Amino acid sequence: MDAHASPATEHAHPKAAVYVKIGIILFVLTALEVGLYEFTYGEHAGAGGHALQPFFVPVLLLLSAIKFALVAMFYMHLKQDHRLFSGVFVFPLIIAIVVIVALMVLSAYHFAFARSG
Amino acid sequence: MSDHAHALHLETSTGLDNRKLAIWTFIGSECLFFATLISNYLVHKQTWLSGPGPFPHERWTSPSGQAFEPIIEIPLVTMGTALLLFSSLFVVLALANAQRGNRNGLLVWLAATLFCGFFFVGMQVYEFTHFVHRGLTLKTNLFGASFFTLTGFHGTHVTLGVIWLLTLWIEAFRGKIPPAKSLNLEIAALYWHFVDVVWIVIFPVVYLIK
Repeated sequence: MDAHASPATEHAHPKAAVYVKIGIILFVLTALEVGLYEFTYGEHAGAGGHALQPFFVPVLLLLSAIKFALVAMFYMHLKQDHRLFSGVFVFPLIIAIVVIVALMVLSAYHFAFARSG
Repeated sequence: MSDHAHALHLETSTGLDNRKLAIWTFIGSECLFFATLISNYLVHKQTWLSGPGPFPHERWTSPSGQAFEPIIEIPLVTMGTALLLFSSLFVVLALANAQRGNRNGLLVWLAATLFCGFFFVGMQVYEFTHFVHRGLTLKTNLFGASFFTLTGFHGTHVTLGVIWLLTLWIEAFRGKIPPAKSLNLEIAALYWHFVDVVWIVIFPVVYLIK
């Protein structure tokens, strides 16, 4: 093992206080997700909840994306680590998102066509 | 420059540790694996109401008059989700202690991670058993097939992660994870975080979005 640390591998991980703050943010975002569900579709959902229904899915996906990014950047250290690790992770992630969206669009098109035809 | 950074450096063409690059490549491939399972769930969501119940959120009455109540239990799964998120915090704290050479801190935080992992697996076993008792199996309808496939594969990943972290806890207990070997834990922690981020996607897609 070499005694010289390469700049490519050198990284200072965040302190414990940062990890705890991220943990609290993740917990709050999860509580927001469930709270939003209860407010919109729960047993006691009122008129306000019904008004929120068109925004429910986009807001939920946004909250999930924020949580995903926080874990990847801080807990998985992509923010500090070498960019090659980010590339190896993000490139297939983009393909994965494209696959999901493409299949959903194709499926929606198929069902719309099947219904009309 | 930390001991950790010294320990990480190897004579490789990239200057990066091959094991860490390998786990990131594996995680990248796992993104595609779970993308296919999530796509499968979402695509079939448009057709599963034409089959027999039960379903996640909708009440359904069969042609024979048998009524099925929605079976998703949000509070229990929310608890499991919160613990899985906290387990990511705990494992990163265990790693920080391992890198500082604080063996007691490493053991405590890794034990806390394992507790959360065991709870999550137990929650999923309970949920699956509960669903089967209420008439939802892999073969009942498209929801059952896609739900059990997606969450079952995720649960398998969590179980493997628990076994991996348990072996590392035993190693740490025997004093075999000094700061110079903390990369062993970092690699396992990366896998564990990935399992967590996959659940961050699955939880709203399966349990919250109708």
